[in-house]
Amino acid sequence: MSKEVLSVKNLNMHYETLSGDVHAVKDVSFSVKEGESFGLVGESGCGKTSVAMSLLQLQADNAKISSGSIQLDGVELVGMNESELRKVRWDGISIVFQGAMNAWNPVVKVGEQIREAIREHYPEKSKAENTEKIESLFKMVGLDAAVIDRFPHELSGGMKQRAIIALALSCDPKVVIADEPTTALDVVIQDQILNEIKKVQQLLGLSLIYISHDIAVIAEMTDQMAVMYAGSIVEIGPTEKVFSTPKHAYTRLLLESTPSVVGEKKKLRSLDGEPPSLINEIIGCSFSPRCPDPSSDCENPIKEMGLVEIEPGHFADNCCVDCG
Amino acid sequence: MKKNVIEVKNLEKYYEVSGGFFSRNKDIVKAVDDISFEIPFGESLGLVGQSGCGKTTTARALCLLDPKTGGDVKFYNNETENMQNIDNLEDEELKKFRRNIQMIFQDPYESLNPRWTIKDIILEPLNIHNIGDLQDREEAVVEILKTVGLTPASNYLPRYPHELSGGQRQRVSIARTLIMKPKFVVCDEPTSMLDVSIRISIMDLMLNLAKDLEVSYLYITHDLAVARYMCNRIAVMFNGKIVEIAETEELLNNPIHPYTKRLISSIPVPDPSYDRKVYDVNYDELDAIIAKHGTDNPMVDIGNEHYISTHDVKGLI
Ligand SMILES: Nc1ncnc2c1ncn2[C@@H]1O[C@H](COP(=O)(O)OP(=O)(O)OP(=O)(O)O)[C@@H](O)[C@H]1O
Ligand SMILES: Nc1ncnc2c1ncn2[C@@H]1O[C@H](COP(=O)(O)OP(=O)(O)OP(=O)(O)O)[C@@H](O)[C@H]1O
Ligand code: SF4
Ligand SMILES: [Mg+2]
Ligand SMILES: [Mg+2]
Repeated sequence: MSKEVLSVKNLNMHYETLSGDVHAVKDVSFSVKEGESFGLVGESGCGKTSVAMSLLQLQADNAKISSGSIQLDGVELVGMNESELRKVRWDGISIVFQGAMNAWNPVVKVGEQIREAIREHYPEKSKAENTEKIESLFKMVGLDAAVIDRFPHELSGGMKQRAIIALALSCDPKVVIADEPTTALDVVIQDQILNEIKKVQQLLGLSLIYISHDIAVIAEMTDQMAVMYAGSIVEIGPTEKVFSTPKHAYTRLLLESTPSVVGEKKKLRSLDGEPPSLINEIIGCSFSPRCPDPSSDCENPIKEMGLVEIEPGHFADNCCVDCG
Repeated sequence: MKKNVIEVKNLEKYYEVSGGFFSRNKDIVKAVDDISFEIPFGESLGLVGQSGCGKTTTARALCLLDPKTGGDVKFYNNETENMQNIDNLEDEELKKFRRNIQMIFQDPYESLNPRWTIKDIILEPLNIHNIGDLQDREEAVVEILKTVGLTPASNYLPRYPHELSGGQRQRVSIARTLIMKPKFVVCDEPTSMLDVSIRISIMDLMLNLAKDLEVSYLYITHDLAVARYMCNRIAVMFNGKIVEIAETEELLNNPIHPYTKRLISSIPVPDPSYDRKVYDVNYDELDAIIAKHGTDNPMVDIGNEHYISTHDVKGLI
């Protein structure tokens, strides 16, 4: 058994806004083992990026972690001060931000921007060593060494995204978070990048947290996965199990709303309505207003919420387990 | 015989761009290079292919948003019951054409005027084409909002685009298109950031309209899985050309062109226990077809109305 690298327990995070606190991360717990790939899936606005940002404590200024624990290799990150955190970022946990390929500084060569990141963490390394490192990273992600001397606008979207992945790997992190790394790219380029990420992950034995709203990509990329709805994890377990025996009504709907090029052509189900506001406290099942087949029991507001194990390693929200 | 709503023959759109830094010559970009297809009433054709292959350029040329540089486009005229060339349309006929062919830009963020209310946005095409009196128009707006699932309408009419979610904005742009009761709709879907579930309800809505009102679609996407759900036939575009066109299931089960194989192999499958079929992208089957049929015809039918381009693509894919 490989060991747990990252362990998140009962994490709560909210954004303070004029109209009230937006509870974007509610009582979230999960762990990631060495070399494992963990997927986080859910519709837009459910809190995926908020979870990622909390892990690195890189959230917006109005964000507050109110409780919970985040341990990296047994070291608690919640409560660390900024300089301690800076050490953890990049070489402990690094992140490929959502939309990051558009965040390159346009007037600095790509190689120079990566070199800067390495320099901050390993000031003792020589320029030649760093160049060698960058060349090997570029090779890993399928980029020509010549790209080091290119400006961002001289690269295609796919090339920029590969360079971002090289940047995320530049300080030898244990855990890499990839937040929708291919959403802006077309399917052919997406496929190449996914293969690149898989290859690098295996080669370096990295732990990967892969965030996407696309359940097909999660199926391809991950060993374990969690389904998020309205700030909470409603189902979590081995990816194969979640797909073969989905328990929560929301998970089932997600699976039944995804078109596929293989298998019988099925009528797909749509998910109507809006996700609930994250400002008001939600009593009972947060999915019930949009649930296609609620049972009479779902209305029961005093039901205990929380994850229960339905088969080894596979958990779903208690509320839905009862009525499903 | 099926009646076609649109017939496209040898369509070309070339752009002149400046050559290198020191060159005074102009280079020609063949964004759309000799493509042909037709779409029967009530059917939809998927146009799929990699970024930059010419999909949007095709769409814009069909809708007369940009002038084509070659080829013919014919559109069904329901008065003469004949196909009518869209070149040289004038006044009333041009206006009628514009009413019957509509384009949905699937990026709802850019296509809705941020300073207009939803009501004004949807009313605009009726005002432009001077359809009905004000009361008719307002009733039509309420009706169409119901059709796209934005109810009660009174909730949405006074809002501005930024006060809606992405999926709702997309419905508004569809409502604005459909209020004209077009016969043919071109949907250009860029890599959609939208959740699938929202996409499905919009796709279902469009499929119902195809069934009930015989609306036809040209549906542009990168995603073959989406095209499969929406389309009767699929045309695969590569480098400005259609390289393969066939009935949807035939194309997915029996891809011949190396680029189609490449594309199908790139689509992730929403099933972790499924080992995705990765085609060997070689030219053997294409070579055999070229050897048999020659290259005089740009597209040859290999049976089942499955067409393959005989154009030389060696080394490009
Ligand atoms: N700085 C902020 N202040 C207030 N609310 C915020 C802030 N950032 C995010 N939110 C809200 O928190 C919720 C979760 O946002 P988050 O970005 O985590 O969603 P997501 O799951 O990553 O969505 P997407 O798939 O669209 O990227 C949303 O309702 C969002 O509007
Ligand atoms: N106004 C223009 N001037 C010169 N070249 C152009 C112009 N518009 C488009 N092109 C070129 O024509 C080709 C086709 O572009 P088009 O926008 O049709 O691609 P697309 O298939 O819609 O791609 P995407 O999936 O990224 O939207 C590209 O190489 C593009 O650079
Ligand atoms: S608990 Fe009931 S209402 Fe909630 S998702 Fe499950 S079945 Fe639907
Ligand atoms: Mg996000
Ligand atoms: Mg386009």
